[in-house]
Amino acid sequence: MSAVLVFVDQPSAHGGAAALPQSTQELLALARAVGEPVVVLAGPLSGEVLTALGAHGASRIYQCEQSELFEYLVAPKADFLTHVAAQLQPAAVLLENSAECKEIAARVGIALSAGVISDAVGLDAGLNVQKSVLAGSYTVTARATTATAVITVKPHSVHAEEAAVPALPEVEVVSVIFGPASLAARIIDRTGKPASGRPELTEARIVVAGGRGMEGNFGPVEELADVLGAAVGASRAATDAGWIEHSAQVGQTGKTVSPQLYISAGISGAIQQKSGMQTSKVIVAVNRDAESPVFDIADFGIVGDLFTVLPQATEEIKRRKG
Amino acid sequence: MENSALNIVVLVKHVPDVQLNRHLTGEENTVDRSDSILSELDEYALEAALQLVEARGGVAAGNNVVAVTMGPAGAVAAVKKALQIGAFEGVHLSDEALAGSDAAATSLALAALIRHLSPSRPVDLILTGMASTDGETSLLPAQLAARLGLPQLTFAASLEVTDDGGVRRAVIRRDGDSQSEVVQATLPAVISVTDQINSPRYPNFKGIMAAKKKTVTTLTVADIAVDPAQVGRAGSWTVVESAQVRPPRTAGTIINDEGNAGLLLVDFLAAQKLL
Ligand SMILES: Cc1cc2nc3c(=O)[nH]c(=O)nc-3n(C[C@H](O)[C@H](O)[C@H](O)COP(=O)(O)OP(=O)(O)OC[C@H]3O[C@@H](n4cnc5c(N)ncnc54)[C@H](O)[C@@H]3O)c2cc1C
Repeated sequence: MSAVLVFVDQPSAHGGAAALPQSTQELLALARAVGEPVVVLAGPLSGEVLTALGAHGASRIYQCEQSELFEYLVAPKADFLTHVAAQLQPAAVLLENSAECKEIAARVGIALSAGVISDAVGLDAGLNVQKSVLAGSYTVTARATTATAVITVKPHSVHAEEAAVPALPEVEVVSVIFGPASLAARIIDRTGKPASGRPELTEARIVVAGGRGMEGNFGPVEELADVLGAAVGASRAATDAGWIEHSAQVGQTGKTVSPQLYISAGISGAIQQKSGMQTSKVIVAVNRDAESPVFDIADFGIVGDLFTVLPQATEEIKRRKG
Repeated sequence: MENSALNIVVLVKHVPDVQLNRHLTGEENTVDRSDSILSELDEYALEAALQLVEARGGVAAGNNVVAVTMGPAGAVAAVKKALQIGAFEGVHLSDEALAGSDAAATSLALAALIRHLSPSRPVDLILTGMASTDGETSLLPAQLAARLGLPQLTFAASLEVTDDGGVRRAVIRRDGDSQSEVVQATLPAVISVTDQINSPRYPNFKGIMAAKKKTVTTLTVADIAVDPAQVGRAGSWTVVESAQVRPPRTAGTIINDEGNAGLLLVDFLAAQKLL
């Protein structure tokens, strides 16, 4: 069985309760389905992470925590992953679909002369990749024609579960020699953002999003999100106004989400907003203008004032949940 | 002023208008480019370039902004629009051999093009949008930087170029999910910018008239010393095997709030097993 590399970036730093981020668990489940999962891990490896990687079927772990990986943008991580891939000649290299991982994939593709496919939502044993294109208006099957395929996979593309038989991974610490071109974009400052305690936007099962109609007050959206265990999203009008952080923006230049449920409140439904959420399973829209384009794609639409509808729904959910 | 003058290449893409219905076409399932325009996201890169050179005395002080596109004959429209907005000259890489190029093949061609431009005057900055509005992969800037061996400063929400005793550096802010980073590199560099960086200007009458006198150089793969087998379908490392139109979403139940819509919403969620 050929090796399938799974890139894992600082698993101990993720905010969740599990030892491994959800994305890593999903990538390992996919890797097991198509080959022999081998982890390429940037950062420290704790006992807890090691056990969890084994439980998810990782047979080997290549680890590197050289400081350059975290002092320079993207390129050193790509060099590390390339270094391991060049040695193992894997059938595939899998990464999560974050902006940074897509860029790592892009560079690994050039270094290995390997085809790169981003935004995968499915992968079969022949490494045929399913993805949506043109803002969700088409579903295509794409494939790398090279010996190794480099693929970034969106959340929820596969059900994350532990391997039937846990593995006892061998660990090899890798020492990478970075080229001068990889040590050129230096990170000179970092500002952390306070954690919201809510699920990650692209991974959440439910997203409640607000737009210009919030008029500066995201309270009703946040309260509904919290009773539903949802992430909070926003239109660009709302993030540009500074009512909520930019990382909450959904759409063409924000996040693309496809949750089970997307509740849109006070958002008109411009094409750039739709392109980030129209692959959601169920869409609910609350807008006081019956002509808003968002109603064209809503499974359930309410023409009304969000400042009465959302709090009423929040109270009712609280009541039912007792 | 003279030694701090910048020679900036802005990569612009001719893409189908996002406001219209967009299609895949042909056996290779490539994007149908009739009804195409300059990608909205590249306007931010052009604006960033214009602001940098205006702050350094513009074209009179030796600065240059070259709008570059790769694509079939019609794609020159993207360059012409960029000239109307304010780019000083244009380059159009156009060749049958380029048709069907994926990101890797495109980055190979553009890297060769930038090397081709450099002997007459070294390129200091290569600016791009954060993604194309058709492919939406954001792979190109990273692959171009890798091919040119230049620093990659991507997803810039702000950009500054400093001159420190002859050492010129670009400094960007990159906003991630959990943190915001400040990243620095010496020039030359490849920089992609987000829609947070500025508000792009529109072409005005003066700009439209001035653009008529600006030159657009058309180049082929032979001109930039690229083997046709390295680009286009032949040189691509990925293929799109098949494409299905996703059935458009249809509107469901729309109600007017008569005082109990919040309760009806909860009923709907319960019926969908979403609570
Ligand atoms: C290059 C580019 C990229 C872009 N990227 C994105 C993107 O990623 N994401 C994005 O969202 N947009 C994006 N946009 C912007 C997009 O075009 C729209 O301008 C934006 O989505 C509008 O936000 P909105 O719906 O919140 O505001 P509006 O269009 O102003 O709509 C506000 C809505 O709220 C309703 N409303 C007001 N008050 C209430 C109330 N009390 N109760 C109920 N309803 C109420 C109104 O009826 C209206 O429909 C982009 C634009 C460009 C040019």
